[in-house]
Amino acid sequence: MERVPVQTNVLNANQETAAMNRQMFEEQSLLVMNLMSSPGAGKTTLLEATIKALQGKVRLAVIEGDLQTDLDAQRIQALGVRSHQITTGTVCHLDARMVARALSVFPVDALDLLVIENVGNLICPSSFDLGENLRVVVCSVAEGADKPKKYPVMFNKANVIVINKIDLAAASDVDLKELEANVRDVSPRATIFSLSCKTGVGFGNWTSWLEQAIRLHSAAALAIA
Amino acid sequence: MSMHEISIAESLVAVAEQKARDLNSRPIQVIKVRLGEFTTIAREALEFAFEIASQGTLAEFARLEIEIVPMVVRCVVCETDTKPMNGIRLICTECGFPMEIISGEELQIEYIEIETEEERLQWNESLSKLMS
Repeated sequence: MERVPVQTNVLNANQETAAMNRQMFEEQSLLVMNLMSSPGAGKTTLLEATIKALQGKVRLAVIEGDLQTDLDAQRIQALGVRSHQITTGTVCHLDARMVARALSVFPVDALDLLVIENVGNLICPSSFDLGENLRVVVCSVAEGADKPKKYPVMFNKANVIVINKIDLAAASDVDLKELEANVRDVSPRATIFSLSCKTGVGFGNWTSWLEQAIRLHSAAALAIA
Repeated sequence: MSMHEISIAESLVAVAEQKARDLNSRPIQVIKVRLGEFTTIAREALEFAFEIASQGTLAEFARLEIEIVPMVVRCVVCETDTKPMNGIRLICTECGFPMEIISGEELQIEYIEIETEEERLQWNESLSKLMS
């Protein structure tokens, strides 16, 4: 038997493709957001409300990831925004290669923001870099206060965490302060927004932050590792 | 099992197989992997997925050796090291500052063990004797 050193990250191939995606995004000074959550936390609703708030101010497009159907891409197109649907079949996450393939048929030049809405899942997508600048994780109070503790890797790797459906806190018997503290415990450096897409509470903070991020990024002043 | 272990096992086999292919396509006997505690990958699920992903490859008869790397976090300010036990808390209990993860996120193939050229020749020889 002969021992041969390998010393290679198992996800090396994905990381190489992600680096190529990232380089392409950089060349176009495009801000790219990887939007993740469990199914039903409100990613698409957040996206719809964000599009409505930024319409006319920001040029954006959306890549949607789902196991089946193009329902989400249709919801985005209904708002007059270009979108492309990736259906993964049985795969529980998007990977960099799927995004690279989408980019070969879905041009993203002359844009300020590209949102990649990942497959609804709090586990698998956390391992796969897509080439994004920002990882945004949405969780809703209706899921309970303990989710950040139960899925710490996903929350830990997020730059921004949006706590959605805060209007349902009382009905869900969830203490928002406890949920926010749980988020901070696993992700002390993330920026946190608590809001309701339905009532609009807290929503303005999120959109003004995002607008500023886009502005700073196009000025090539946003350096996010 | 969530499906991502399948993707990860496929990548794992691809990396190991590429290495073995570079070395005369000698069959792989052992694949040694370091797997951090703070990943979303479950050991049992990865072992099971490996059985499937390795079929028909140079790793088909390989033993997957997984070393679990414990999670260690360190305070960026007071440099206290801790091993988070029940529930991850990345805020330092000593000084309240954020803690960084210094180990536990590994997903790395350390080495593979393959047949030596000698073993392979011997094996081929005895095989052809058997056949004749």
